[in-house]
Amino acid sequence: MAEKTTQNPQGWWPQMKRLLLSFSVPLGAVLLALIIGAIIIEVSGASAWKAYTALAKGAFGNAAGWQRTLEKSTPLIFSGLAVAFAFKAGLFNIGAQGQLLFGAITAAWVGFAVHGLPPGLHAAVALAAGAVAGGLYGAIPGALKTYTGAHEVITTIMLNYIAMGFTDYLANGPLKDTTPGNIVARTPAILDSAKLPTWGWLPFGFVLALIGAGFAWWLLQRTTLGFEIRTVGQNPHAARYAGMKVARTVILTMVISALFAGIGGAVETQGVVGRYEPGFNANLGFDGITVALLGKTNPFGVIPAAMLLGAMRAGSNVMQFKAHVAQEITDVVQALMLFFVAADMIVRWLLRIRAAEEGEKITLSTGWGSH
Amino acid sequence: MSENQTFALEVRDIVKRFPGVLANDHVNFNLRKGEVHALLGENGAGKTTLMNIIYGLYHPDEGEIFVNGRKVTIDSPHDAIRLGIGMVHQHFMLVPVFTVAENLILGAEPTKGLSLDLKAARQAVVDLSQRYALEVEPDAIIEDLPVGVQQRVEILKALYREAKVLVLDEPTAVLTPQEVEELFVIMRQLTERGVSIIFITHKLKEVLTIADRITVMRRGRVVGTVRPQEVDEAKLAAMMVGREVVLQVEKSPAEPGEPVLQVRDLVVEDERHLIAVDHVNLEVRRGEVVGVAGVQGNGQTELAEALTGLRPIREGQMLLGGKAVPPRNPRYLIEHGMAHIPEDRQKHGLVLSYTIADNLVLCTYYKPPFARGLQRNQAAIVENAEKLVQQFDVRTPSIFTTAGSLSGGNQQKVIVAREFSRPVDLLIANQPTRGLDVGSIEYIHKRIVQMRDQGAGVLLISAELDEIMSLADRIAVMFRGKIVATVKAEEVNREQLGLLMAGSPASEVLGQPQPAA
Ligand SMILES: Nc1ncnc2c1ncn2[C@@H]1O[C@H](COP(=O)(O)OP(=O)(O)OP(=O)(O)O)[C@@H](O)[C@H]1O
Ligand SMILES: [Mg+2]
Repeated sequence: MAEKTTQNPQGWWPQMKRLLLSFSVPLGAVLLALIIGAIIIEVSGASAWKAYTALAKGAFGNAAGWQRTLEKSTPLIFSGLAVAFAFKAGLFNIGAQGQLLFGAITAAWVGFAVHGLPPGLHAAVALAAGAVAGGLYGAIPGALKTYTGAHEVITTIMLNYIAMGFTDYLANGPLKDTTPGNIVARTPAILDSAKLPTWGWLPFGFVLALIGAGFAWWLLQRTTLGFEIRTVGQNPHAARYAGMKVARTVILTMVISALFAGIGGAVETQGVVGRYEPGFNANLGFDGITVALLGKTNPFGVIPAAMLLGAMRAGSNVMQFKAHVAQEITDVVQALMLFFVAADMIVRWLLRIRAAEEGEKITLSTGWGSH
Repeated sequence: MSENQTFALEVRDIVKRFPGVLANDHVNFNLRKGEVHALLGENGAGKTTLMNIIYGLYHPDEGEIFVNGRKVTIDSPHDAIRLGIGMVHQHFMLVPVFTVAENLILGAEPTKGLSLDLKAARQAVVDLSQRYALEVEPDAIIEDLPVGVQQRVEILKALYREAKVLVLDEPTAVLTPQEVEELFVIMRQLTERGVSIIFITHKLKEVLTIADRITVMRRGRVVGTVRPQEVDEAKLAAMMVGREVVLQVEKSPAEPGEPVLQVRDLVVEDERHLIAVDHVNLEVRRGEVVGVAGVQGNGQTELAEALTGLRPIREGQMLLGGKAVPPRNPRYLIEHGMAHIPEDRQKHGLVLSYTIADNLVLCTYYKPPFARGLQRNQAAIVENAEKLVQQFDVRTPSIFTTAGSLSGGNQQKVIVAREFSRPVDLLIANQPTRGLDVGSIEYIHKRIVQMRDQGAGVLLISAELDEIMSLADRIAVMFRGKIVATVKAEEVNREQLGLLMAGSPASEVLGQPQPAA
């Protein structure tokens, strides 16, 4: 959170130091979570060292491992970006999950139902459709907040349920895969022309995610729109005083945030799953919250945070196989990470991190002023 | 005084550094029992820093603190309170959504079993406010209260904790003359009961009235300690700033041109939907300064907010440059030549987490040269900041310092610099020099007069009678939401203004019936 728009050209090192310092809490949280995870593994009679090395091998040991890790990280980067972006305007977008589902199913629909487009274009159209679907779904809580004052935390949670129910219905009804013998809820497979390529071990979606992070950073730090978004997040009163359209900014922020989530879903469909099938997208949006918090709501911080979670998923199979530790331990470790970043103070106290860390603080759930 | 008397509080050789700033440079300071010790100094001299050290908010890099002759370490406000030190901050530290009573007990809650005893808290508010004649409504929500009343709550809060040493950081900045007198009565009562008070202010008159001793700081150092009998305002000002200060504003008679702001039958509501501005008529012409005088809380805040687009107008009309303005649209007003120095600098005026450079383009960030297409133009933003910081003498190690780490007066200078940095037809200045040192006030007054002489209209809202008297060409007195009289500045004196502000009918005070506006 130490980033500034007008960077001091002279003092890059103090800036760097502050940036690193500002990541001390997430790093501490990861460390504590791993330690507690190790204790649990040991208590349950296995070797924590063996488990963790197997996990790391599974995630980074060979090209296949890397590919798995990057594939798993990709949607998490997008959903992390969605949450982090909204944070900057002081909005807590818990609805990334629902927005991601709409992105995923829309991309799938365009992917299987639209015929005759050349490969690159088809993929691009499907991606764009996924993004727009997610974005529009994000406009709803933004508009509700603006026009009725309904808090986005509540509305996005409820909209998640609607999205889950509705996409389930689509995958089971109008868009169901009617291949003889299919009994599960899923759409038909998308055409090859809509698929995203993988270059060796490098999935194209991951590259898109990196570009997305760069774009989010640029938008927030370098553009006038980003300045408005951050001002609304930091001090809505001052934003209004300065003539910024707070209501418009709130809606726009939600839409952009949801666009990221929507693309995340589309990339998962087009790059990994190859169709829409509900189980594959479970929790990807919710985990965006963990990713965003671990990344200190910094678009570039989101990348390593997502990769950490992605690696744990990619390597957990190997861990279970080699060290005989149940895969679910990674869920426990992830939950602990979330707990510790959220409980900022505990980590500071345990690791004696100085509280004198300045810069843009995110204040959540403050109203952005009365009408 | 005896040789070996123990001081209520003493600090020795306090050093405090911030990145790029030596805020306190071997400061020695002591406070006798039962005295009022004034601390003077220009903006950024290090007064608040020293007080924050005493109150345990900052750790000194070097130096020692003694309370009643005993060496102490104060690691937190908790320690300070235990040692009997209470502080009223320059920027209030109240929880805006809590009631007065809840704020009062915050951190020292009376309990009944496991639950909060709010009844006791309410009673405490009533008792304290009666004992010290500090009127407050225990159940009022803080954010609904005017700044002046919020401050009373802050003082009550310290008294509730039975402070023996009371630090008042610019308590009078937000008070009207009457309220200041009331505060002084309170301070006297407190010192008679053995409370010792450190009193920070920029108002030299007040210092000479109330202080037993005066310590002056400049650029982190103590320049000297004097008694009020030995000095006068000019001497104190010179000690503070290091040069002679012109305390009187020099200006030629106004040459009013066409009206730039016309307000007709304006009605504005406050937070509780009560009428705060009641059918106000007002006109500001190019080339004149119209002062709005009034006791805090008589609708000035709401008037200023309505005129600047921050608060809805319920009835009436507002013309800017002869044209009706769209409702609640600060951007329109800014683009049509309005500049606004808001009353509450930390709420409206600044984004504290932003750099000075960003704050200086808060209203113009989207226009060239600060924007190029979608992107912000860093070079232009930096250049603008370098220029304004220099011009307005903002004391800061760098333009990349966050506004939040500036001293209060320097925060105000950032706002003034920003609002003066674009072409202005109408300036609405609400307490423009609140919290500024005499040198800076001199400079900003000069700039306001200069702006007027260049043909801008100025609406000056100020609780400072002196400021109104010396800057305004015409004075409108506001009482209970109404403009009760509008007079030429040279046709009225302090006493008359005081009476008008207190609600005496204009016909009695001024001798003849007055046309409204
Ligand atoms: N938290 C902080 N971080 C960095 N610098 C600070 C911080 N607090 C104060 N300073 C700097 O220390 C110096 C002294 O500030 P201080 O607030 O003590 O001034 P002051 O005498 O109270 O001024 P004013 O009359 O304007 O309130 C200033 O240059 C200010 O910018
Ligand atoms: Mg101060």
